[in-house]
Amino acid sequence: MRIHEANRLLTAGTSRRDFLKTSAVATGGLVIAFHVPGAKRLAASGIAPAGPFAPNAFLRIGDDDSVTVLLAHSEMGQGIWTALPMLIAEELECDWSAIRVEHAPAAPAYAHTAFGIQATGGSTTTWSEFDRYRQAGATARTLLVQAAADRFGVPVTGCRVENGMVSAGDSRARFGELVEAAAKLTPPESVALKDPADWTVIGRPTRRLDTPEKITGRAKFGIDVQFDGLLTAVVARPPTFGGKVKSFDASAAKAIPGVRQVVEVPSGIAVVADHFWAAEQGRKALTVTWEPGPAAGLDSENMLAEWRDLTRTPGVTAAEAGDAAGALAGAAQRIEAAYSFPYLAHATMEPLNCTVKIGPDGCDIWTGTQFQGPDQMAAAAIAGLKPEQVRIHTPFLGGGFGRRANPASDFVAEAVHVAKAAGAPVKTVWTREDDMRGGYYRPAFFHRARLGIGADGLPVAWDHDMAGQSIVAGTFFEAMIPENGVDPSSTEGLADSPYMAEVPNYRIGVHTPTPGVPVLWWRSVGHTHTAFVTETLIDEAAYAAGRDPVDYRRALLANHPRHLGVLNLAAEKAGWGSPLPAGRARGIAVHESFGSFVAEVAEVSLESNQIRVHRVTCAIDCGIVVNPETIRAQLEGAVAYGLGAALHSAITLRDGQVQESNFDGYQVLRQAEMPAVDVHIVPSKEPPGGVGEPGTPPIGPAVANAVFVLTEQRLRDLPLRL
Amino acid sequence: MKLTVNGTVHEFDAPPDMPLLWVLRDLLGMTGTKYGCGIAACGSCTVHIDGKQQRSCVTPVSMAEGRQITTIEGLSDDASHPVQRAWAELDVVQCGYCQSGQIMAAAALLAEDPEPDDAAIDQAMNGLICRCGTYQRVRAAVHRAAELGGR
Repeated sequence: MRIHEANRLLTAGTSRRDFLKTSAVATGGLVIAFHVPGAKRLAASGIAPAGPFAPNAFLRIGDDDSVTVLLAHSEMGQGIWTALPMLIAEELECDWSAIRVEHAPAAPAYAHTAFGIQATGGSTTTWSEFDRYRQAGATARTLLVQAAADRFGVPVTGCRVENGMVSAGDSRARFGELVEAAAKLTPPESVALKDPADWTVIGRPTRRLDTPEKITGRAKFGIDVQFDGLLTAVVARPPTFGGKVKSFDASAAKAIPGVRQVVEVPSGIAVVADHFWAAEQGRKALTVTWEPGPAAGLDSENMLAEWRDLTRTPGVTAAEAGDAAGALAGAAQRIEAAYSFPYLAHATMEPLNCTVKIGPDGCDIWTGTQFQGPDQMAAAAIAGLKPEQVRIHTPFLGGGFGRRANPASDFVAEAVHVAKAAGAPVKTVWTREDDMRGGYYRPAFFHRARLGIGADGLPVAWDHDMAGQSIVAGTFFEAMIPENGVDPSSTEGLADSPYMAEVPNYRIGVHTPTPGVPVLWWRSVGHTHTAFVTETLIDEAAYAAGRDPVDYRRALLANHPRHLGVLNLAAEKAGWGSPLPAGRARGIAVHESFGSFVAEVAEVSLESNQIRVHRVTCAIDCGIVVNPETIRAQLEGAVAYGLGAALHSAITLRDGQVQESNFDGYQVLRQAEMPAVDVHIVPSKEPPGGVGEPGTPPIGPAVANAVFVLTEQRLRDLPLRL
Repeated sequence: MKLTVNGTVHEFDAPPDMPLLWVLRDLLGMTGTKYGCGIAACGSCTVHIDGKQQRSCVTPVSMAEGRQITTIEGLSDDASHPVQRAWAELDVVQCGYCQSGQIMAAAALLAEDPEPDDAAIDQAMNGLICRCGTYQRVRAAVHRAAELGGR
């Protein structure tokens, strides 16, 4: 019996219990399942699974002692393949080497505890599963101990559990020997979790469980899916956003050996072939005439120039206090600064792809997705099936960074259309060029800030207008937008900045133009631009006030102990204020995002007018630490991701067409530019925060602030150019 | 057409200009070698041909005929190559997609230069992109592999 079948059994019937259920699995094993209140925030939108409760199944223990952990979230590099099993193992007391890991199928059971849909994003996995996975482990242990106590004829209090073995006196039983009996027991209404003082797994540096597969080529990504009869498609898509097919001639394409079919789908013309190379040759032979669509004239340079003017007028007020304009007029010093940020592609190493097989009893989909829930709904609608008839299989994701969490389900929906039109199982593969020109970028933004500084050197007024596209408008996430109509993902990190609490007069205005470029969350989302603005502007204010940038921040963050903690730790570890070799300078930035606090000090020099970052010292407070190794790796990676964007990356449009198409034109960070990154973790008993994204926002401003020390120039247009 | 991959001879039909990458992946079913860019700009498709690193995405299969091709699947039987051991020891991988190429490039580097310094590593590995940003660990792991492979 498969786990989703077990789920169906668990959810069958009307008398669902509020908490725990178990089910014996036919293969001889124990499935731990429990109910948590469903109907979360998104339920009202109709996307969240129907019904008042969602059942969950996270753990299978086999009679071979294996402990299989089912991940409700996708592993895309961030390390949850290891962290979530650690949460279970902490309570289960199993043998760590007995752990196996699988991605869960798409099912209501695996809905996100906060979002209500099955999804991975927002650096939420660890904190959102911190209780659920520990409870799953504790429940299993409780039942196994009961089974052992019954077998040994001793009270449960006389049993010890260690390393996958229950013992009492001379009696011992392995988990695998207990599962059959444990599965027949009535689970407890509630389970006590360990006192954090007794944790032995949480907080222990733990090596990744997915390494063996990933260093041998055995790890399967979506693009690696193969089976008999599977065809490969590439799709010719319009060269401009919103474009459509006017007409096409497929005769030359069909003449290419290996090309099987050419089919029209809503997104373009799909060439379906025996393998990728034939499909790609077929696409090159295809003649398509396009309707250019409404965004055909778009020029990103002109667009940012328009937004430069637009921000001279007040936008919709997202946040305000006091009288920003009045206080600005009366300030001792004023700084006016304008900032531009380009569109950015996620450029995951694995280009988008999706395999679809439609059969008589439903549809199987294999794809690296962060959005099993929404993708399942989208696929069902296109295939004319019920959502539960769409079985989503999640291989490893070759990077996500938000691109694989698309409310529009673009690459999944298209692949279902292709398979449906072809009447055959098809893997749709995007070339790098398709992927890079396919939209869903970090939105471009323009910011204009006016900061008033009082006689004491501290800010007294902050008057701010920004312009950029909303990510959530028009999607099922639109319910996130409050009544003022401002997308919170545009202003996050600015409107809620701790600095605002120290500025008596502020106003943040937002313009939300709609140029028609598809946009999406990109590692750290709005913080990618708001942190740059706030942390370079505050740095400017420090120099205007004649203060050291760290001391100045300390003064402003005096009431924000976690900001202060990472600021001080990063400054100390970086040797802030100590001498540097000639031609080098340090810059600092501190920023909160996704529930965690990060400060970074960048040590920078200029080489032939190029910015060179030698060392980055990071301090993070992410609350309770589950796997310190993961935290270090994520911060190293976040620095690289953010530094590539800060120094190099931009997607530009001319005549509506994306100019960059591959890694030759779209530059990202490479090996030779990787600074030495030191990561320091603040010990904390606070609830866990996010880790995947919070390391990205501070790096750009930390570098720009160091460049100012070297050049006395404030670089405010991204990517940074001298 | 005949191709020797990891010591085994494979026979198949393919146009001579079909890139080795797609022959390996789609005709021979060896998916450890990855597609990343198709223009030799990212290194995910790196294999060894007669011991030298090559970008298989721009290598016509006809050019690989009669030569010894090694892919990630053939680097070792049991992840025991010093580069693989170093990669495991230092927990280099994140998403893992580029790592076949990184490992193959690192192995080729060490075959030519058994004790590369940071600058040599940066230069040799600069053609490979990792969007997860594992570069610091790649650098450290190449040094570690040099130690493990040291004689």
